[in-house]
Amino acid sequence: MDAAVAEKPARFETVMTPAEPAIMKERKPKIVTEGVTVHYGDKQAIYPLDIKIPDRAVSAFIGPSGCGKSTFLRCINRMNDTIPTARVGGRITIDGEDIYDPALDVVQLRARVGMVFQKPNPFPKSIFDNIAYGPRIHGFARNRTDLEEIVVNSLKRAGLFEEVKDRLESPGTGLSGGQQQRLCIARAIAVNPDVILMDEPCSALDPIATARIEELIDELRENYCIVIVTHSMQQAARVSQLTAFFHLGTLVEVGDTEAMFTNPQERRTQDYIMGRFG
Amino acid sequence: MNTHIVSAFDEELAELRKLIAQMGGLAEDQFGKSIEALSRSDRELAERVIAADDKIDRLEKDLEKRAIKLIAKRQPMAADLRAIIVAIRISSDLERIGDLAKNIAKRTLAVDEPLPRSVNAGMNRMAELALEQLSDVLDAYARLDVDKAQDVWVKDSRIDALYNSVFRELLTYMMEDARTIGMCTHLLFGAKNIERIGDHTTNIAENIHYLITGGAPKGERPKEDATSVTPVQPLAK
Repeated sequence: MDAAVAEKPARFETVMTPAEPAIMKERKPKIVTEGVTVHYGDKQAIYPLDIKIPDRAVSAFIGPSGCGKSTFLRCINRMNDTIPTARVGGRITIDGEDIYDPALDVVQLRARVGMVFQKPNPFPKSIFDNIAYGPRIHGFARNRTDLEEIVVNSLKRAGLFEEVKDRLESPGTGLSGGQQQRLCIARAIAVNPDVILMDEPCSALDPIATARIEELIDELRENYCIVIVTHSMQQAARVSQLTAFFHLGTLVEVGDTEAMFTNPQERRTQDYIMGRFG
Repeated sequence: MNTHIVSAFDEELAELRKLIAQMGGLAEDQFGKSIEALSRSDRELAERVIAADDKIDRLEKDLEKRAIKLIAKRQPMAADLRAIIVAIRISSDLERIGDLAKNIAKRTLAVDEPLPRSVNAGMNRMAELALEQLSDVLDAYARLDVDKAQDVWVKDSRIDALYNSVFRELLTYMMEDARTIGMCTHLLFGAKNIERIGDHTTNIAENIHYLITGGAPKGERPKEDATSVTPVQPLAK
């Protein structure tokens, strides 16, 4: 009997989290960064950072305030260019194309890489013009019919059309907070981007408006590469497939969202997501 | 592990662990007494075991209520989430162990003659092993000792092997003398209950492994219980 036990050295073998996230096997990498650094004047905000962000999926950046997640997000559409003291090093490519290439048109880049901010920021214009603005300046519409089609489609994809279809000429600022945020998302998708960056898009919204945005993000991921910065761990767990944890300007851990929230490998990630003292 | 920023969260988690310890102690006690009652045909002890099962059930309900409240209130993640899920699972295994002990006690009341000596010895040995396993696994939980949990997990096959021999022995009794069928059937169920307690104990070991490592044990646990495929043939005379 004991011999039988000895013959079968059945050990508990643990099936651990693979080194490369499973989502990267299913999707091609859209955004790839190598050794990205950011300085604000003398202060270094991001230490050399390598990450691959999958296409047609939602990637969430989490971490405590000041960890560099928003700074890094802003590198992806070169928003940091607008800050005079900011210096970005390393290499960021989208579909293999270096976005810091001096020959690249930044305005075109920002059409490809849309951004949604923490506080909804509609232009002080009508709902229609909020969305028509981008397609107009990028020359996407040949005539009024084209433009109307873009506006209606964008509103539909953002899940806002039914609520505003009878008042497209009223000001965008007159909408509720959640509607304004969906208007901003509609505005971002009106110019046909590949990538949508969202910097805490729900932090100014109530739970119902938040749920609507999350539902929308889930629908949009079929067609876009979405990167979201969020302070809500539950939100990251709900909407994303890949999660990256930032701390003090470094990328500590990146993995499939499911693994990150049930069994993170790094001590600092564990402490942060469980709300423990680090 | 660092403590939580919200200290009440730590206290609530500690409370779950305390409840598991209480349930585990009661389950051990109930199981030990049920075997003693069966082995000595002690009806009074059997009655006490049956009456006391309610206590484990109530602790399980209490734990479940607290665990659900914790999940709703704290939205636990990672190791915290595992600790709560594992506490719920272990408490349900312990509650089942309590039920099985109660069932063994009930069979004491149904069997009104002394047990055949060698069957009694076999069942006592099984129970001894199962009790040792249960006590080890509770210890492994209290100390978060994954190696000890692993030991328990592997050693369950000893109980299975003993169950095989008790099963065969009871079969021969029944085949030799049909008047023993009533008693032997009860004893067979009794032995099966002990074997099942062993299985719940290995469940607990697996959960401890998950709690500590976050992963599931890979591969099949070694199994020795062959009774479900043992043919019953009349004795050749």
